[in-house]
Amino acid sequence: MASKFINITLKIWRQKNTTAKGGIETYSLANVSTDSSFLEMLDQLNEQLINEQKEPVAFDHDCREGICGMCSLYINGRAHGPETGTTTCQLHMRSFADGDTIYVEPWRSRAFPIVKDLVVDRSAFDRIQQAGGFVSVNTSGRTMDANAIPIPKADADKAFEAAACIGCGACVATCKNGSAMLFVGAKVSQYALLPQGKVEAKDRVLNMVRQMDEEGFGNCTNTGACEVECPKGISLENIARMNREFLTASLTTDK
Amino acid sequence: MSTLNSRIPEGPISEKWTNHKNHMKLVAPNNRPKIDVIVVGTGLAGASAAASLGEMGYNVKAFCFQDSPRRAHSIAAQGGINAAKNYQNDGDSIYRLFYDTIKGGDYRAREANVYRLAEVSGNIIDQCVAQGVPFAREYGGLLDNRSFGGTQVQRTFYAAGQTGQQLLLGAYSALSRQIGLGRVKMYHRHEMMDLVKIDGKARGIIARNLITGELERHSAHAVVIASGGYGNVYFLSTNAMGSNVSAAWKVHKKGAHFANPCFVQIHPTCIPVHGTNQSKLTLMSESLRNSGRIWVPKKKEDAEAIREGRLKPTQIAEEDRDYFLERRYPAFGNLVPRDVASRAAKERCDAGYGIEANDTNEGVYLDFATEIRNKGRQSAFAQGDHNPSEEKIIELGKKWIEEKYGNLFQMYQKITDDNPYETPMKIYPAVHYTMGGVWVDYNLQSSIEGCFVTGEANFSDHGANRLGASALMQGLADGYFVLPYTISDYLANDIRTGKITTDSPEFEAAEAEVKLQIERFLQNKGTKSVDHFHKRLGLIMWNKVGMARNEAGLKHAIEEIAALREEFYKEVFVPGDANEMNPELEKAMRVADFIELGQLMAVDALHRQESCGGHFREEFQDSEGETLRDDENFKYVAAWEYQDGDATKAALHKEALNYEYIKIAARNYK
Repeated sequence: MASKFINITLKIWRQKNTTAKGGIETYSLANVSTDSSFLEMLDQLNEQLINEQKEPVAFDHDCREGICGMCSLYINGRAHGPETGTTTCQLHMRSFADGDTIYVEPWRSRAFPIVKDLVVDRSAFDRIQQAGGFVSVNTSGRTMDANAIPIPKADADKAFEAAACIGCGACVATCKNGSAMLFVGAKVSQYALLPQGKVEAKDRVLNMVRQMDEEGFGNCTNTGACEVECPKGISLENIARMNREFLTASLTTDK
Repeated sequence: MSTLNSRIPEGPISEKWTNHKNHMKLVAPNNRPKIDVIVVGTGLAGASAAASLGEMGYNVKAFCFQDSPRRAHSIAAQGGINAAKNYQNDGDSIYRLFYDTIKGGDYRAREANVYRLAEVSGNIIDQCVAQGVPFAREYGGLLDNRSFGGTQVQRTFYAAGQTGQQLLLGAYSALSRQIGLGRVKMYHRHEMMDLVKIDGKARGIIARNLITGELERHSAHAVVIASGGYGNVYFLSTNAMGSNVSAAWKVHKKGAHFANPCFVQIHPTCIPVHGTNQSKLTLMSESLRNSGRIWVPKKKEDAEAIREGRLKPTQIAEEDRDYFLERRYPAFGNLVPRDVASRAAKERCDAGYGIEANDTNEGVYLDFATEIRNKGRQSAFAQGDHNPSEEKIIELGKKWIEEKYGNLFQMYQKITDDNPYETPMKIYPAVHYTMGGVWVDYNLQSSIEGCFVTGEANFSDHGANRLGASALMQGLADGYFVLPYTISDYLANDIRTGKITTDSPEFEAAEAEVKLQIERFLQNKGTKSVDHFHKRLGLIMWNKVGMARNEAGLKHAIEEIAALREEFYKEVFVPGDANEMNPELEKAMRVADFIELGQLMAVDALHRQESCGGHFREEFQDSEGETLRDDENFKYVAAWEYQDGDATKAALHKEALNYEYIKIAARNYK
């Protein structure tokens, strides 16, 4: 593909730290290659700011190949920008036109406080995982042979699709209720679909949902925005499965 | 020059590990809570180690610079993990995995370590399945396998093109469980700034809280470095942006030898460079070479026409294509090891047959048309259609490809805006993995007592070239099944030591030193960004310490990097303050270490007057352009000791490599 160069205007949320008051700042950026990724465009802006002896924009990023889940950003009012099924790091400037004004904001959610500029704190997700997102098996290597329990391919595939969640938080950021149910539902589903996860299924769903509520995430009202914005296409089915698991566990557990 | 003690246990190779385990010291469960262990890095090697040590009852502190341990770059590994399960009944065994790994590493890895790796490989798969890792399965419900470069068996377990993600999330779940139980304390957004040594032993670290900028002192009875590889010394690589050598380099500067730094893996199938603002390169899994055929045009004028956009690859007739790997290596074809495939692509592009319209014309095709046809036909037959139409074949073939490689094809299309179902992928080699690393003995202990190094950060298992799907295997083997034993053997001497205070002069001095370096950067009156210097370092490294090296180039590189280093400290501008989140400061600290490492890599490459694996010295090749090893003079691990405050003055120590169970031979994939 022949690359082009475009000039853009950026409106970016700047905030010194968690407690400081933030605001939108405007920047002009020229000669952006349309082959550049969105984050490479931000690198270019930061290089420009550094050359002007100004402080660059802080943003989270790491793998830049759409799998680590570290990048975020609300771009022109959409989580991870205009393309569907795409993380910000895999969004390319060919999705924008010369002369465009682009708004860049951090994830917006009570449970994800802003750390600085576009960086937010998503450790609530880690704490939900710590509450039950695992199979309680020690790492002895002395478990049974990996092929001892055949697992129907359809179940394994569905578990994999749920496990493909990258924990970026776009679902929460885009949800009008700030709900984390797609994230939690995906983890609950992965284990609920596998024989290895069934043993602790009840405790797991109860504990993870409890932690989710404690972290201040909102409830699900089935608008489905999370599924639309999920860069990995995690299905709403997982929320339904979690609700089923939760209900069954609530009604049948002794606790 | 001294020789190194690798502490390889006595006895036949297949019994070494078992015997060793039987004779190592243990720490009783009631004593373990009195012992603190620090783990730096939470990728496969770090997360698995932290989880395992937590389960055993030690007090573990784990550190990662990312916002969550789940982000570590192991997550990006695509293709798979090897294990000698022989589920496919195609002749695999522990010995054969061991043999393939030693041969693939071009006879520069340590036999005993590699055998142990092969030996525990099966347990890894058992463990991961028990943890709920959703590996790919066959319709009968059993685990599926595929083959990978450099082997002739199907021993690779996978989860679509996201195997690293699934394995890391498995290790992360085990780690999360221990965090939840209070046995591991997690420090995310923390970076290790230095190692603290007391009486010659590793006794803690200085860490920087990346949110507040605060320097913290953390003591422990042992420190585990699992901080990954150093591919980002090239600036452009398939590594994550934050991947860095600093933890490993700090340990090196405190006395740990750094082994074989010049052994770098350049992966053959990455998306070619697009422009000067590019920040990283993206890998297309090696598993694609199972289904894709690599070619360039036979005629130079066709290559030129393609670059200028006058011809499309699909318009080049079959007889005008040069499937150069199939031509040069008929026995392994497109599945030759990575170093061989990369050099062959470079050879064609250097000769003028490259197809990418970038500055260097560097790019070759990876074509799926043949496979789409074959698999389409097979799928049609499987559905009972024994006379499928052309369209049906193509349709079913694309569906088969999508199921196997869907996410990779999607990623390729997003980055390049080309549809690989319709037109061949364009690929070119890029820096991917570093075989070199901190020198460790059989117990994974570095030359500093109490400082253990696991995963990509150590040097031990892959020799001069790593085979595909072996990095995940090594990371988890080290963390789940090796380190927990060997570190206990060491810690058994510490049950009476008690808590180590951080109020000692050693901690004080280490912290003061870090503080000084930070202030020096922030007060510097320079004008250029950290990236400016990092990119320049990367170019020197890629051009002179990259896929092909020679004496003159390496000598130049050493001088150029020294000059760059001087300029960096004079001219770099680091904005912001020390006591806040400051990504530029983080980068400056890392690039300072990359520069020194780059010097050592060039020194090591210059000293190794042979070609082996990923280290190709132009002076040492045969008439067909294949590597010429010199076993007589270089069959050793080069372990460098830092001295005189200058990376280029490092002292060389040699660990001789003995091959008792494998007959050493020229590596032949023809």
